Amino acid sequence: MILTINGITVEAQTGQTILQAARTHGIFIPTLCYHSQTGPTGKCRMCLVEVVGMRGLQTSCTIEVAEGMVVTTESEALTAARRLVVDLLLASGKHDCLSCEKSGACELQDAAYRLGIERPSFPVEEVEPTDESSEFVYFERQKCIKCGRCIAGCNAVVVNEVLDFAHRGAETKVVCDNDVPMAESTCVQCGQCVQLCPTGALIDKKARGKGRVWELDKVNTTCPYCGVGCQMTLLVDRGRNRIARVTARQVAPNRGTLCVKGRYAYEFPSSPNRLTHPQVRKNGRLENVSWDEALDYTADRIKTIVQRDGPDVFSAFGSGRITNENNYAIQKFTRAVIGTNNVDHCART
Amino acid sequence: MKNSVPKIATRADLDRVRDAARSAPDKDVREKILVCTGGGCMAAGAKAIKTALTGELKKQGLEKEVALVETGCLGPCVVGPVLVMSKERVFYQGVAPADAAEIVQEHIVKGRIIERLAWKEGPHKTPLPLQAEIPFFKRQTKIVLRNCGVIDPNSIDDYIGHDGYQAVAQALFSMTPETVIEEMKKSGLRGRGGAGFPTHLKWAMARKSPGEVKYILCNADEGDPGAFMDRSVLEGDPHAVIEGMLIGGYAIGAHQGYVYVRAEYPLAVERLQRAIEAASERGLLGENILGSGFNFALEIRKGSGAFVCGEETALMASIEGNRGEPRPRPPYPALKGLWRRPTVLNNVETFANVPFIIARGGAAYSALGTERSKGSKVFALAGAITISGLVEVPVGTPLEDLIYEIGGGIKGGRNFKAAQIGGPSGGCIPREHIAVPLDYESLNALGAIMGSGGLVVMDESACMVDVARFFMEFVQEESCGKCVPCREGTKRMLDILNKICAGDGCPEDLALLQELGGQIKAASLCGLGQTAPNPVLSTMRHFRDEYEAHIVHKRCPAGVCAALLVYSITDACTGCGACKRACPSAAIAGSAKVKHIIDPALCIRCGACFKACKFGAVLKA
Ligand SMILES: Cc1cc2nc3c(=O)[nH]c(=O)nc-3n(C[C@H](O)[C@H](O)[C@H](O)COP(=O)(O)O)c2cc1C
Ligand code: SF4
Ligand code: SF4
Ligand code: SF4
Ligand code: SF4
Ligand code: SF4
Ligand code: FES
Ligand code: FES
Repeated sequence: MILTINGITVEAQTGQTILQAARTHGIFIPTLCYHSQTGPTGKCRMCLVEVVGMRGLQTSCTIEVAEGMVVTTESEALTAARRLVVDLLLASGKHDCLSCEKSGACELQDAAYRLGIERPSFPVEEVEPTDESSEFVYFERQKCIKCGRCIAGCNAVVVNEVLDFAHRGAETKVVCDNDVPMAESTCVQCGQCVQLCPTGALIDKKARGKGRVWELDKVNTTCPYCGVGCQMTLLVDRGRNRIARVTARQVAPNRGTLCVKGRYAYEFPSSPNRLTHPQVRKNGRLENVSWDEALDYTADRIKTIVQRDGPDVFSAFGSGRITNENNYAIQKFTRAVIGTNNVDHCART
Repeated sequence: MKNSVPKIATRADLDRVRDAARSAPDKDVREKILVCTGGGCMAAGAKAIKTALTGELKKQGLEKEVALVETGCLGPCVVGPVLVMSKERVFYQGVAPADAAEIVQEHIVKGRIIERLAWKEGPHKTPLPLQAEIPFFKRQTKIVLRNCGVIDPNSIDDYIGHDGYQAVAQALFSMTPETVIEEMKKSGLRGRGGAGFPTHLKWAMARKSPGEVKYILCNADEGDPGAFMDRSVLEGDPHAVIEGMLIGGYAIGAHQGYVYVRAEYPLAVERLQRAIEAASERGLLGENILGSGFNFALEIRKGSGAFVCGEETALMASIEGNRGEPRPRPPYPALKGLWRRPTVLNNVETFANVPFIIARGGAAYSALGTERSKGSKVFALAGAITISGLVEVPVGTPLEDLIYEIGGGIKGGRNFKAAQIGGPSGGCIPREHIAVPLDYESLNALGAIMGSGGLVVMDESACMVDVARFFMEFVQEESCGKCVPCREGTKRMLDILNKICAGDGCPEDLALLQELGGQIKAASLCGLGQTAPNPVLSTMRHFRDEYEAHIVHKRCPAGVCAALLVYSITDACTGCGACKRACPSAAIAGSAKVKHIIDPALCIRCGACFKACKFGAVLKA
């Protein structure tokens, strides 16, 4: 269907929202509470637009497009409303961007930047103390803008059902279970809430102080832990040659989610205990050897044993931590080269 | 016992029950005492009076001849407990259990009216025993409240005897859903829950919405501070609401209804529950109602008294078991409401009008009211008015008549200053507009709204800045916290108002309030935020000088804002020393029989001296 946004004719699909249609056509509408993973809620009021024939200002994230709709995304009234929202939010907590972990990747900061708001015009509120209790999630409530994305993520995306809002009005706050510290709650530390938080309220605890977002290299990769093959981005500190943080990518198969291992167990590449060479036991001691030597040694041993005891003394065990192709190669090798059907896998139950 | 109640399975059955109910009690009962058991009179001890009367009647051996009936709110709650001797409709007020003997012996046995308990009218306190003579009743037109104070809300037979359930029978047998909606259109009825949306339009939209399953809901959340008409209707005439919902359900094609009542209304819940059970038992709710083939079930859902849960989408979220938060519209409930099905939500009063409209015709209803606002409206009078209570008048009745002719004027003969109408979403009407007709259009033009009918009358002792502050505090606490402008913005407005009341206001504050108010209205998600600034904007419009007095002159003209008061002692002082003894701050000096003096530096503005002085010598300004 055809509609007009800011005088530009655009084509949109039935069921799309104005926001989606605008974004598809490169028309920018600011948002704070909308996230493609958690959907529209109409909470922040940043995405307000004017629609001819509809009374008052409308949230573009919730209104579906209609044939012939005429939409305006920029006007004095809209800027005033957006400024009010950002102004009020900046005053609702302690937004000290200078040392905030999220600075540079914060949607509230971006909004303030775009609207040219330097500091809030209201006195800054005192709010709840930070919840530092849990192992991986650092929850600085004073930066929470109550967008509800973490809650929607925890309940509807990963379905861990830990987070919710408690109280109402200006007292509204995000709580774990019945308002207990996160460490005492049923939280499984999947970090989905962190992934979705638009501000510095929910932060990966281990990443604090490990580098600003613009200093870190972003490397897309596949999680090495299991066969799901979640897509992730490593934020790498090249200078120190270490991973500072891991985030999920919004692509298949995981579409923006990760489990606690994939998201937080990322220190192993730089662990001193990690094997970096093949090793062969010589005279009762493991010694570093070349790949050629290691492979020759292994091939030789396999041949000897098969000749002596037959192929069925062998069995191969595949792993969920490697790819399908690797697992395929393992079973092929076991059947075709060794000659036994003794193949098994950790994921077979 | 339950099984012995015969079902009302056909229209003829209904007529039979009606006729029986009309004649039966009168055979050996020569007088019926209607004891008001509305919330107000209950709180004032109506139950004890009923017990005393029962005992007295027994003592005199009159229990067969005289019936004692509990009935709903009669209106003038402030003079409760009240009762009506139904034969001649003699009205007694301020009744105490000790009066039972006199009522039985004098009124019933000897047929003498007890003037002591009669209504007192005018400066000479002329007793007016007959309800028909009392101006408070005379000027009213009761449609919604037609049965309140007339029938026993706990008796379905009494309701049927007063033509109850005749309208639904008519709708089911002589009308199509479309003609029902057409009749509603003729009536011109607009929703009484606040926004005044034409009821027939809402019904027609839901009827047209595709879907097998539809719902009809009744809003009895009644969150307006000071409003109690919905409670009174449910307490006094629950079957009228059930009947209205049945007709609405038939019109839109719904077979399930819910009444959302706040749990703080236990009596309303109890009576409604009993009414639903009685109607179900008799077959007026359930399957194949009156043999028409129409099915309709009704259930109560209790809310825990959050103001925002009166907002339609929040109410639905609450019924669904979710946090009571509004959701953006569109989609409108008529298309996607409760559980995403087409849904109509109407207010208690709206539904209570429906049986009248269907039985008497839309034209009979639209004969009342103004050009664009039809019918009658119930108001809950509160504040500085002589007779606070519940009244029903044709829409368009001037505010002045409501206050002076019905409500008996301002308490203590003081002067009217303003009336707040529409509660926290509404605005105030100042003295110069006291003649305003109470209809949707005229009120909107003055920056107020009809709202649900809460009407708080204020005299000169009210500070309008403080009134605005009160309502802002209310909405700020009741905001659901979902959207930013309302959650954070109302708090900022409240901060500014608190500052002004504390004497720390600056001239820029007025412009800031105006701007914030405008933006909160424009940007908020639901009606709560969209109307939250109204009391502030409206008082700023009509009483700007009062705001300026607080800000510029650091004075509260009404003498309400404690921080701005200055206490002083005039020459009327006799030097009795009462003020000096009362002052907790030792701010008053003076020796016996000599005029005392207050040291403003020590005075903490507690007002103790003002209260202590018997000579009116302490001045508060
Ligand atoms: C914050 C808020 C509170 C409301 N509270 C009530 C209420 O207590 N009772 C009511 O009937 N309507 C209330 N309303 C209006 C309802 O949303 C709705 O419009 C009404 O119940 C529809 O019924 P009507 O068309 O019969 O008026 C409220 C609206 C808002 C925005
Ligand atoms: S959360 Fe955003 S706006 Fe707040 S301090 Fe951090 S970077 Fe700044
Ligand atoms: S870490 Fe996961 S389980 Fe814990 S609160 Fe966040 S989203 Fe919920
Ligand atoms: S913690 Fe973050 S995601 Fe959750 S409500 Fe607050 S700002 Fe939104
Ligand atoms: S270990 Fe977790 S994050 Fe990694 S691929 Fe498996 S599910 Fe995904
Ligand atoms: S306007 Fe207020 S009550 Fe309504 S959704 Fe927003 S925060 Fe909640
Ligand atoms: S993005 Fe639409 S209201 Fe927040
Ligand atoms: S409750 Fe008895 S008159 Fe209102």
